[in-house]
Amino acid sequence: MTVLAGLVAPGFLSSGPVRVALALGGIVSLVSAPVGVLTVVRRQSFAGHALGDIGATGGAGAFLLGVSALWGFLASSAIAVGAFHVAGSRERRSRDIATGIVLGAALGVSALFLYLDANSTSTTGATMTVLFGSLFVVPPGTVPLVAGLGAVALVAVLVCFRPLLLAAVHPDVAAARGVRVRRVELGYLVALAVAVALSAMTIGAVLSTALLVGPSGAALRVTRRPGSAVALAAALGVVATFAGVLLAYDSYAWPPAQHGWPASFFVVVLLFVADLAAGLLAGRGRRRSARRRAG
Amino acid sequence: MRSEAAGGRAAGSGGAALGRPPVLSVEDVGVVLGGRLIVEGVRFGLAPGEVTGLIGPNGAGKTTVLRVVLGLVRPTSGLVRREGAARRPGGLAYVPQQHLVDAELPLRARDLVGLGLDGHRLGIPLPTRRRRELVDEALERVGAAGFADDRIGRLSGGQQQRVLLAHALVARPAVVVLDEPLANLDVRSEQEVAELLGRVAAEHEVAVLVSAHDVNPLLPVMSRVVYLAEGRAVWGTTEEVVRSEVLTRLYRHHVDVLRVHGRILVVPAGPATRVDVPDPDRPPGSDGGVEQVR
Ligand SMILES: Nc1ncnc2c1ncn2[C@@H]1O[C@H](COP(=O)(O)OP(=O)(O)OP(=O)(O)O)[C@@H](O)[C@H]1O
Ligand SMILES: [Mg+2]
Repeated sequence: MTVLAGLVAPGFLSSGPVRVALALGGIVSLVSAPVGVLTVVRRQSFAGHALGDIGATGGAGAFLLGVSALWGFLASSAIAVGAFHVAGSRERRSRDIATGIVLGAALGVSALFLYLDANSTSTTGATMTVLFGSLFVVPPGTVPLVAGLGAVALVAVLVCFRPLLLAAVHPDVAAARGVRVRRVELGYLVALAVAVALSAMTIGAVLSTALLVGPSGAALRVTRRPGSAVALAAALGVVATFAGVLLAYDSYAWPPAQHGWPASFFVVVLLFVADLAAGLLAGRGRRRSARRRAG
Repeated sequence: MRSEAAGGRAAGSGGAALGRPPVLSVEDVGVVLGGRLIVEGVRFGLAPGEVTGLIGPNGAGKTTVLRVVLGLVRPTSGLVRREGAARRPGGLAYVPQQHLVDAELPLRARDLVGLGLDGHRLGIPLPTRRRRELVDEALERVGAAGFADDRIGRLSGGQQQRVLLAHALVARPAVVVLDEPLANLDVRSEQEVAELLGRVAAEHEVAVLVSAHDVNPLLPVMSRVVYLAEGRAVWGTTEEVVRSEVLTRLYRHHVDVLRVHGRILVVPAGPATRVDVPDPDRPPGSDGGVEQVR
């Protein structure tokens, strides 16, 4: 308890920006858990990462237009997801190549946008916010919007969860069982677009995959059940984002003085550590069950 | 050239007629894929309680025909009638050809079988006693109870196939379609799975359609054969179809069919003995050397 009290700096929970950051981190973690588990299971982490990078273009564009970066993230994710859906019927290899090319173009455009942003505002704030996120400058008015979007994505993905799992085993088996594979995949893609946009708000466009697939990847190492994988991923995500916010808040007292460290840094490092720990745990579990079988 | 019931011209009897109305019938189906004619004039019916073998060499179009039956590929010509099958709630079920599930997939064998019951439904599954019983029963029936709680992707190919079969059977489908389920099995498991298919068909009034490149493992349980070669098909009972004159016409070159010790050897002769105009009235040539044994 005293350790915790020592960690939580005075004024932490009464600070407005901290509350917004915690709300945002919590919502994003809950949405990312089921979306992330499906993304890992469907081996679409690359697509998720691509969405984040494309989101950077939208975020930078939104800055130029003077609207909330969230709208930019959402708009570009939505467009990209539409393209994925159309390209979905094509072969995996040509799809990956197309993704790579579009990605390059999108990053080129965001470079231009960010350059223009930096010149018009004469700060590097836009670049940092878009690429690496800045939880503490999110306007409080955004929270209800984020909560609403998150709820929509969560419902979409939970409703389609079962058929999507079956389609991940084998799309034809699912189709034979009566699953409308293309339709449930669209549900997943919509949820993915929202989850990526919200992650981009939280820890930045470039790092958004970390929050999307980090907790799920770690959870999937240690559990064999879909339900527990989602629950564990949600818990990991919430812990990592809350701890990230806390540490970032504390870091105002660290050198260089009066400059907090970015929360994204802490979140990503914590998720990385969680993944390593899950890997060790899974390895130990496997060895133990192998011994049990042998003995 | 189109397929026909083997009994038709060759033997003068309508042997392919089913004793009972089919739950599914394939009528004069042709498929073109990527601009190439894969099969043409395929005709057969599936009756409840029967195992039908879809036999043919690699690349003959077995998987393609199965996908047409399931409605995953639309036939370019002809049609598939599924009214009979649609009357049963389980509908059609599929066990695909040699498929290894991703080792990371967070599903135990029993979860996958459960998805056979309700994987097409939206929302989150509620674990009920009834659901558990049905899943356990299906796993038991295919001999997969021993690894019910293992992660599906960590099982061997043969074990995964059994779990997929349990997944297919659990909803009591009208038709079960299996693509080369015997391909990766040792001789004993081959026999076991073939027997299992026979039992499933008989006990649960299921129409089983199973592809294979060899008739032998299926002989004890198979009522009818759809023999596929050169883009065409013949349908009938094993005795009607797996005969030298019928297969010679189908392959368009001489084929010997030898019955030894209760096994059937289908022996296509080399290309030198090609029969240009398939003619059922001409006795099969006696010059076909045994060059290739399938
Ligand atoms: N989508 C496709 N586009 C073009 N050609 C295809 C397609 N799918 C299958 N084919 C071709 O159709 C032919 C039959 O393929 P199919 O997979 O049905 O054979 P098969 O009898 O199942 O073979 P195997 O015993 O090797 O499984 C092959 O020559 C294959 O190249
Ligand atoms: Mg095949």
